[in-house]
Amino acid sequence: MSAVADTHTQEHHHGPARGISRWLLTTNHKDIGTMYLVFSFAMFLLGGSMAMVIRAELFQPGLQIVEPEFFNQMTTMHGLIMVFGAVMPAFVGLANWMLPLMIGAPDMALPRMNNWSFWLLPCAFLILVSTLFMQGGAPNFGWTFYAPLSTTYGPPSTTFFIFAIHIMGVSSIMGAINVIATILNLRAPGMTLMKMPLFVWTWLITAFLLIAVMPVLAGVVTMMLMDINFGTSFFDASGGGDPVLFQHVFWFFGHPEVYIMILPAFGAISHIVSAFSRKSLFGYSSMVYAVGAIALLSFIVWAHHMFTVGVPLAGQLFFMYATLLIAVPTGVKVFNWVTTMFRGSLSFEAPMLFAVAFIVLFTIGGFSGLMLAIAPADFQYHDTYFVVAHFHYVLVPGAIFGIFAAAYFWLPKWTGHMYDETLAKTHFWMSFVGMNLAFFPMHFLGLAGMPRRIPDYALQFADFNMVSSIGAFMFGATQLLFLFIVVKCVRGGEKAPAKPWDGAEGLEWTLPSPAPYHTFETPPEIK
Amino acid sequence: MRVRGKRLTPVVALLGLLSPAMAMADWTLNMSPGVTGTSNQIFSLHMTILWICVAIGVVVFGVMFWSILAHRKSQGHKPANFHENTVVEILWTIVPFAILVAMAIPATATLVEMYDTTDADLDIRVTGYQWKWQYEYVDQEFGYFSNLATPADQIRNRQNKGENYLLEVDNPLVIPVGQKVRFLLTSNDVIHSWWVPAFGVKKDAIPGFINEAWVKVEEPGTYRGQCTELCGKNHGFMPVVVEAVPQDEYDTWVADQKAAAEKERELTQKDWTMEELMARGEQTYQTTCASCHQPDGSGSPPAFPALKGSAIATGDVQGHLDIVVNGKSGTAMQAFGSQLSEVDLAAVVTFERNAWGNNTGDMVTPKQVLDFKNQQ
Repeated sequence: MSAVADTHTQEHHHGPARGISRWLLTTNHKDIGTMYLVFSFAMFLLGGSMAMVIRAELFQPGLQIVEPEFFNQMTTMHGLIMVFGAVMPAFVGLANWMLPLMIGAPDMALPRMNNWSFWLLPCAFLILVSTLFMQGGAPNFGWTFYAPLSTTYGPPSTTFFIFAIHIMGVSSIMGAINVIATILNLRAPGMTLMKMPLFVWTWLITAFLLIAVMPVLAGVVTMMLMDINFGTSFFDASGGGDPVLFQHVFWFFGHPEVYIMILPAFGAISHIVSAFSRKSLFGYSSMVYAVGAIALLSFIVWAHHMFTVGVPLAGQLFFMYATLLIAVPTGVKVFNWVTTMFRGSLSFEAPMLFAVAFIVLFTIGGFSGLMLAIAPADFQYHDTYFVVAHFHYVLVPGAIFGIFAAAYFWLPKWTGHMYDETLAKTHFWMSFVGMNLAFFPMHFLGLAGMPRRIPDYALQFADFNMVSSIGAFMFGATQLLFLFIVVKCVRGGEKAPAKPWDGAEGLEWTLPSPAPYHTFETPPEIK
Repeated sequence: MRVRGKRLTPVVALLGLLSPAMAMADWTLNMSPGVTGTSNQIFSLHMTILWICVAIGVVVFGVMFWSILAHRKSQGHKPANFHENTVVEILWTIVPFAILVAMAIPATATLVEMYDTTDADLDIRVTGYQWKWQYEYVDQEFGYFSNLATPADQIRNRQNKGENYLLEVDNPLVIPVGQKVRFLLTSNDVIHSWWVPAFGVKKDAIPGFINEAWVKVEEPGTYRGQCTELCGKNHGFMPVVVEAVPQDEYDTWVADQKAAAEKERELTQKDWTMEELMARGEQTYQTTCASCHQPDGSGSPPAFPALKGSAIATGDVQGHLDIVVNGKSGTAMQAFGSQLSEVDLAAVVTFERNAWGNNTGDMVTPKQVLDFKNQQ
């Protein structure tokens, strides 16, 4: 035992290894966090460029740039890459960087597994993206890959897609186990559960959601694999199977997945709003209970994605009521944020701008979610652009603005430099205008009757589609500015103090900026 | 609505955006109430929930923007020091809950009514195919397919787009006004979804399932919709068009349909010439086969093989008939035996064997097709 402890202390004061092996072999939570964030941003640009292809084709009616087959590949890959490649890894990256710093731990609990769960991701996405170059093209059945379109009628590359999903699932589950082990075991003495920062709380709950639903996703793609390659008929009606079963299993994963992509953002936003209001968060414990309630409810609402498949009346009513219920804890969170700002001392640096936009625009996405929950009205909204508008409002200004806000908030801690505030504000305003221009008109398109996932449309939809495309190009181009801002901040800039934001609270601000390679080797005391 | 002229370059299109005189489409913002009781109820639910959201939004964002304007550090505002208030927190849990209950009551009533498919005057079976709809009048024993009628030249921007671009079909569904029509929806291949916004009816057509929906239209007219469940490459090209007509007009139409079905059966017995078969075959090919195998027979491999010079289209006639009539399981190739008449099957096989340089000289007659089907 003492021998082990000795080697440990000897290794402690090593800095990072040099060259490529630092990144390939690292078990340091900061390095792994950085790799997750860089990977996620690369996927964000890749998935975004696919969105640009989609919006270019939809710029005006008629087929002009891509064929319908390729258009379907673009919508599918855009969705898969954004969900599994951009948003989820970004949150895991933030968790890797921030969880140990926030709870006073020296590293994640399972550092070697941490390394593996990151390096699985590039492999998974290499497989997924390579399907674009295969005969018959990439998956073209939508990111929801409904059977039998994805089984009997899927392209030959579907098996590669299934394998990629399996690897991503393994990576996510390992990441989640690591988060839970870290939070439950490595908190500094005195940090009780109800003293944990909200980002830690939301990630703990997210990790449980991941462990609960990623195996369900693995199950459904395995059933597809069997149907495609081994002659089973889980989803093939002509063999006695049930295509609707696919949707039940998929959405049992899919709905909690939606919260997996938003809960960590809830946590980060809570810190940022409080910091830039210079006032402690209103209703901390109700925030924790609200996140718990949302997570539990997320397991009993899945069939609201399936109101038109012919669910029996009683089922329809149950899922409508349960879905409406989610609005209550979500409302509590929004009210708490607003009350935190109320009578504070507000300033609007880039993280706060993104956080305020998050609250307003996520709430708008919540409102359209409430409308979609009304089952009879959903018959008109379902599978139209109204739904596209809804989930982009919760994901872009929700998940993605949440990630930008967190990135700007913690960049000084990561790099030791302040980012360029003017450029960051430009990034915000261009993103804000572009995003609203791109997605708000989609509400109108959906209500006027435009179905989603079509490469060409009737003439009455032409004007709003053009506006939407212009907004999307603007939003897309602006993201290159973020890359520039981050690179500039890493390379230099005004020296960041340990605590650059006067209203910020938390253990991470007790460390110097940039945070040293090894931190909290002796745990801090929490009073 | 003015119809879009020739293909616009992006620059011109941008100008069009800025100048109202050039704006072509309409800027519809909201759902339309539709023409049925159901769609009107949905519309009023939609408006109610929308106004509830607007009201909550005004209050929440109002407080927020007030704070943003009034409680700024730059104006020297000092932060207050409160961080919880049990009464307020309980209140803003209970009030939204009460609003939701109030909202759920009318929604439930509408839903119960939408699910009541009993006492229908007329049953129509709607079957989704990649990428067309089949309508079968169950009690009158006839049916037909409804295909997109927009020419490929309009889609490819070689021709001006017509007024009902992508929302027009060769054979619309015809229903009588003032009658409760029940739809029995299913699918032959993947999942489709049948939607007519003006009716407030959207229901998935799923292989192996029969879903029900109903409609009672009071106003005669032409109503347009689309498939709303991603169903493959031509998902955007399978519109729904319904004509609601007065009862007497409907009765005449049914009589015509029955007579036409009879005439079609007689055609099977007629002696066809090669030219007649080729002409009819080309027509059938363009509406039924060209969306996958392409108008020039080149296909889009590997999912949709080329027919030009293919082993099947130039080989044994029986093998060719077999794949057209029975399809090929595990692929997108459907069994067309029940979708097309003997005449059309004979014509299309003849056409495929002699078009694009597949000069086999073979002629397949409707009688041969009938014999082939009877042997099975």
